Amino acid sequence: MPDTQALVNDFLNKLKKRKIEGSQATAKQTAELLRSVISQTRMPYTNQAAALIHSVKAVGERLIAANPVELAVGNVVRRVLHIVREEDLSLTTAAMAGLNLSAESDDEDDTDRDNHPALSAAAIAAASRSTLRPPSLQTLLEDVPDSAAVPHTSSSGGDSEGKSKSADKSSRSRKLKHDVIEAVNELIQDISTCHELIAEQAVEHIHQNEVILTLGSSRTVLEFLCAAKEKKRSFRVFVAEGAPRYQGHLLAKELVTRGLQTTLITDSAVFALISRVNMVIVGAHAVMANGGVIAPVGLNMVALAAQKHAVPFVVLAGSHKLCPLYPHHPEVLLNELRSPSELLDFGEFSDCLDFGSGIGAPLLHVVNPTFDYVPPKLVSLFITDTGGHNPSYMYRLIADYYSADDLVLERRTTSGN
Amino acid sequence: MDPRRTARTVSDPKVRQVGFFTPAPPERSISDPPRFQDPIQPPSPSSTQVNDQSPSGNSLSPVMIPPAHHHSDNFLRTALQATSPPKAFSYSAKTVTIPPENEDVASLFSPGRKVVSAKSPSSFPGVKASSVPASELTTVSVVNLPPGISEKAGGASVEVQNDRPVSAKTLKEKTSKAERRALQEAQRAAKAAAKAEGTKASSAASKVVTSANTKPSKATKPSSQKNDGSQVAASEKKGDDRAPEKDRKKDAPHPRMQYDDKSRVEKAKKRAVVKQTEARNRVELFRHLPQYEHGTQLPDLETKFFELDPMHPAVYKVGLQYLSGDIRGGNARCIAMFQAFKEAIKDYSTPPEKTLIRDLTARISSYFLKNRIAKLPLALSESEAKSTLMLDIDRFINEKIILSEKVIVKHAVTKIRDGDVLLTYGASSVVEMILLHAHELGKHFRVVVVDSRPKLEGQLLLRRLVRKGLSCTYTHVNAVSCIMQDVTRVFLGASSVLSNGTVYSRVGTACVAMVAHAFCVPVLVCCEAYKFHERVQLDSICFNELGNPDAISKVQGREEINYLDGFVNQENLQLLNLM
Repeated sequence: MPDTQALVNDFLNKLKKRKIEGSQATAKQTAELLRSVISQTRMPYTNQAAALIHSVKAVGERLIAANPVELAVGNVVRRVLHIVREEDLSLTTAAMAGLNLSAESDDEDDTDRDNHPALSAAAIAAASRSTLRPPSLQTLLEDVPDSAAVPHTSSSGGDSEGKSKSADKSSRSRKLKHDVIEAVNELIQDISTCHELIAEQAVEHIHQNEVILTLGSSRTVLEFLCAAKEKKRSFRVFVAEGAPRYQGHLLAKELVTRGLQTTLITDSAVFALISRVNMVIVGAHAVMANGGVIAPVGLNMVALAAQKHAVPFVVLAGSHKLCPLYPHHPEVLLNELRSPSELLDFGEFSDCLDFGSGIGAPLLHVVNPTFDYVPPKLVSLFITDTGGHNPSYMYRLIADYYSADDLVLERRTTSGN
Repeated sequence: MDPRRTARTVSDPKVRQVGFFTPAPPERSISDPPRFQDPIQPPSPSSTQVNDQSPSGNSLSPVMIPPAHHHSDNFLRTALQATSPPKAFSYSAKTVTIPPENEDVASLFSPGRKVVSAKSPSSFPGVKASSVPASELTTVSVVNLPPGISEKAGGASVEVQNDRPVSAKTLKEKTSKAERRALQEAQRAAKAAAKAEGTKASSAASKVVTSANTKPSKATKPSSQKNDGSQVAASEKKGDDRAPEKDRKKDAPHPRMQYDDKSRVEKAKKRAVVKQTEARNRVELFRHLPQYEHGTQLPDLETKFFELDPMHPAVYKVGLQYLSGDIRGGNARCIAMFQAFKEAIKDYSTPPEKTLIRDLTARISSYFLKNRIAKLPLALSESEAKSTLMLDIDRFINEKIILSEKVIVKHAVTKIRDGDVLLTYGASSVVEMILLHAHELGKHFRVVVVDSRPKLEGQLLLRRLVRKGLSCTYTHVNAVSCIMQDVTRVFLGASSVLSNGTVYSRVGTACVAMVAHAFCVPVLVCCEAYKFHERVQLDSICFNELGNPDAISKVQGREEINYLDGFVNQENLQLLNLM
């Protein structure tokens, strides 16, 4: 669809040129783009879910490649894929239930063949649940036959469906797309309202006469603090400026406008003051599957200082920031180096940036990373729109939101697709 | 009539005058001489400066350093006792009052101390506090901003008092104390100057006071000597060393001047040479430190250069240099201060009815110098005495600063191997010498220079290293955890090493040391022995210096970062610039 292609290319450009700031905006736009991709996808008669998945993967792969450091893009793509699979599965189970009821009379013929079609809808649903979620007490208690039955069931179900009314299929296909788009709309809604949901929990954590420390600027943190202020809790905030972007200045300005007692400090003074701080509250760029946090640069230092002084380190993150990947060498692979001009004035240092030394290599390197990796042991609490969690609980949330099949989005070139 | 006599009617001078100062104008109140004999008297800033004691025609105005605990402050303060009227100047002395503070402050405010005449600088720069827990060697230097509080005339009065009753006692001063004081004061002066804040007087005043105060008190241990030196030498970058003043005494050191005590602040203000306006929004946590707005005091002070009778122009000049930031670094400041003292001594001539020893001792609050002066045999003629003193000063500088640096470098280069990646923070003169020397020896290594706002001192070091051909990486303190994985050793400089093992240095040093510890990278702190101090400190808040808050809201070199334009006057917003 030329329309979609144009949209996709436009978005790809924006990602490549880093024109979109912030994971929330990126996530929202990605979700909207994928929604339009889905609505434009032509659905075959059989195996529609696979078609949807295929088209979403094709687009998603390109989006991720455009800006690999912006993990929210990948998160949303995988969320959408998971939605497609789930919707498909729920439709299949519903169809199976309907089919079983209608085909009850036929069961006697088929029972000798195999047991699969005779599986009740409940069993299928249970089986599907067990594949999607890690074993919990509930699933263990249910007597579920081998989960391998499920794929067979869906395929055989499809066959048996084909035997029955074909009109059902077309209605089902429309239904799948419809359901998926509805679910994606919900996802967009969630992304947009994550701030409010997180801010609602502020009252539990911030109390009277507390001193809060934060670094840089995060809209989530701003909303969080203001929500506590609304509840007439008076507290003070130390804002570290967060060089070299100095977003702390913006946050300080915002907080002052809303009437909070703010003190702006330099990043180097964080260790000096942390002994007098009650809590450190920061936002994150992304949360990895092990509970580690990709955060703006400088926060690892703050987290270490907080651990040293036994100050709780609270990370606020919307669910679109939750990434199912594990971080390997995150300082290098998940980091971006920005321009040295933010640190050094090129004019002043032009003599030092000369490449004409004896060995021909530049004598001066400037390192200006964008992100820092905070290991999970330094984080006390994650506050997401679903509530407060421990870093070790992150894998559960991931299992809720993502499917294991979607972790690797790159398609194999040998498949010839 | 002896101007000093009239000074007795002045209220208690907490501030001691450091250095040479001319008799204060009659309207100045001079601290009560007996006051210094009562060691527990709360410092009462004399409203006037006792400038009247300067030798005829000699006008030495040490830069008034804020009541920083530095000896040098005191010294400067007395020096600043210029002819300017007893109005209190508040200057934001850059003089960082670091460690010597103990003594200085104590002296400032302890009753026993001589009060410096009114010219004491108003601002009392906090010390760069980096308290490093002994275990971790993290030094966080917090610099206090030159508070507008200038130690007022404490110096003058102090001087008066010092002169009389104390003369006997001062003679018994231990060398170390004098040295420490001198160093402190120099340091303080340096800091004040370096900070380009206006408050020179206060630091000098405070220093003077403190030194005066300590005089009457029991003799302190010789360790003060080191402190003195350290204080002076404390590199600006590294933060100020504390005045080891207190270390002399066997009992607990007097607490430094706490700026939330209103009465003392008022008194100090009256004595200030440089007026300093209080910062509009004071940070509550740092109420015990002076917080003043850094105004443009420098032009004012420069115009007064020729009016300062009591103060020797050389000393005043050093003070101005401290204030404006021309001299940075503890060692440099110490040396500059001593050079100024030498000039002052050279120009000094004994007033008719006094003996050189007593008079000079009264004028110079520096422990070291007082000690030396006191030890002069009475039979020496004036010129001989002066030349002896100058030789002494030279020897001190040579031994304690220059030679010690050489020894440190010699030891430290053995710790550097080929293929090392060395990280350093800020700009420390000792570390720079180490790196350059190692490079000369032919070792192959890389250097990572970590810098921080608002001073951005690392850029100077970076430039010098790259010029010499070292391969360097430059980064910001926030990125230190990203870069620490590649680093093999961390070299840090220090303003002072305290009695409980903590290292006092530029703010941010503690962060670097902590991250290094987390990545299991060895940390080496290089510090001359004269910078050791007897004080103890647990964190960076007890004692520090607060710098100019405007330095935070404005980002130098990047005009697009102007989010806080027009916002600094908001009620709820406070800017904290720890040094």
